[in-house]
Amino acid sequence: MFDDFFVRAVIGGIGVALVAGPLGCFIIWRRLAYFGDTLSHSALLGVALGLLFELDITFAVFGISIVVSSLLLLLQRRASLSSDALLGLLAHSTLAVGLVVLAFMTWVRVDLMGFLFGDILAITALDLVIIWGGGLGVLVLLVMVWRSLFAATVSYELATAEGAKPDRANVIFMIVMAGLIAVSMKIVGVLLITALLIIPAATARRFAASPEQMAVIAAIIGVISVVLGLRGSLEWDTPAGPSIVVAALICFLLSVVPIPRLKINAKNRA
Amino acid sequence: MSVSRGEIVTLIGPNGSGKSTTAKLTLGVLKTDEGKVYRRPNLRVSYVPQKLDLNWTLPLSVTRFLILTNRASNKQIENALALTDTLHLANAQMRNLSGGEFQRVLLARAILRSPDFLVLDEPVQGVDFNGEIALYKLIEDIRNKLNCGVLLISHDLHVVMSATDKVICLNGHVCCSGTPATVASSDEFKSLFGKQTALGLAFYQHRHDHEHLPDGRILTASVAEENSDV
Repeated sequence: MFDDFFVRAVIGGIGVALVAGPLGCFIIWRRLAYFGDTLSHSALLGVALGLLFELDITFAVFGISIVVSSLLLLLQRRASLSSDALLGLLAHSTLAVGLVVLAFMTWVRVDLMGFLFGDILAITALDLVIIWGGGLGVLVLLVMVWRSLFAATVSYELATAEGAKPDRANVIFMIVMAGLIAVSMKIVGVLLITALLIIPAATARRFAASPEQMAVIAAIIGVISVVLGLRGSLEWDTPAGPSIVVAALICFLLSVVPIPRLKINAKNRA
Repeated sequence: MSVSRGEIVTLIGPNGSGKSTTAKLTLGVLKTDEGKVYRRPNLRVSYVPQKLDLNWTLPLSVTRFLILTNRASNKQIENALALTDTLHLANAQMRNLSGGEFQRVLLARAILRSPDFLVLDEPVQGVDFNGEIALYKLIEDIRNKLNCGVLLISHDLHVVMSATDKVICLNGHVCCSGTPATVASSDEFKSLFGKQTALGLAFYQHRHDHEHLPDGRILTASVAEENSDV
């Protein structure tokens, strides 16, 4: 029953979910949902440029994500537009430019659907090495800056005053996000990456009493979603990426259903 | 202005007079446009900000908040909470605290870091009157124990902590500075607050040689004389 490609898909998906869980928590705590969206939209421009210059696609997407997030930081300091307007501007213009560039390259035939919604069933052994290698790198970096990144999330001023180096943590967070977008594109596709970041973290919120707990629970829920989603995809012949997101959504909905014991907890907290 | 080891400096002044800005400059949170800030190298700083908006999506217990920017043993955490009378809140979530409890926890966190330099931006806001006296006493104790410099911003223009070594009154610039009058010598204060509360507080007598006009100009005594000639 477990074909080779399916095992690869599950292992790759789990690798992405383990990283997306903790990062998704920061996305939620920092109200950056739209930032994740912007990076993933710009990934398509990375794909186009990668094909144009015959670069490795994952590497090209990583590069573009870094450029776009640096651009955002720069514009935030200078421009008179609000952050969400800037994000919208960057998200859709990079997406559009990417599509236009792709259209010009008549000599390449691109499976656009694969990039937009993921082609988890075409994952090669090399992709797995990239996902797990990159994922481990991301997790190590994240653990290293965890305290200062979290302190900066609670209060930038406090973190600065007490020497927690929030600027360094923010830059590393940006790099790590770019890395995640790059490695997870094949799994869920650029349009659904934000979902894999946000939904498991949102589901974890209810069960977590500390930030570290929330990160771990989010990672676990992400893994469950990947496994369930891929099983469902195999069972009912549905697209892999969207199936994973639907599985994550079901987890979230289940977490919202009031359970008597948890209700008491919620009352105490209120 | 300067804050030395073991010294308590209190900043007072009306809203928007630059108290918090001055504090943030000393902390390096804001950069100076003019002038310079000198900090001793490797200074261990604790900061109690005036306002801390916590995102409600953060699952953050009091104990976790205490180790936000530093490590600490459970024993140290207990001590810091006990000092600020918040031991019972150790496992509470930060967003469920009342205003006064929140201030105490902020102070506990600052103490836990055993700072060389402690910056407190209106640390007693939202704390009831007896609690205010107790917190001022606590700040004094901490100063005595750690021999740290303390920069305290007071929300009150006239009543300051009695252990204050120097009071600086700001309004866009330094208006005046001096030492607070002892409470014992101020009958006005006693009649206002009663004897038993007088322990931790002192009166500050402003001695301004100028006034602030509504348009932001400063009216000094000499200018006023010139004006009266016209």
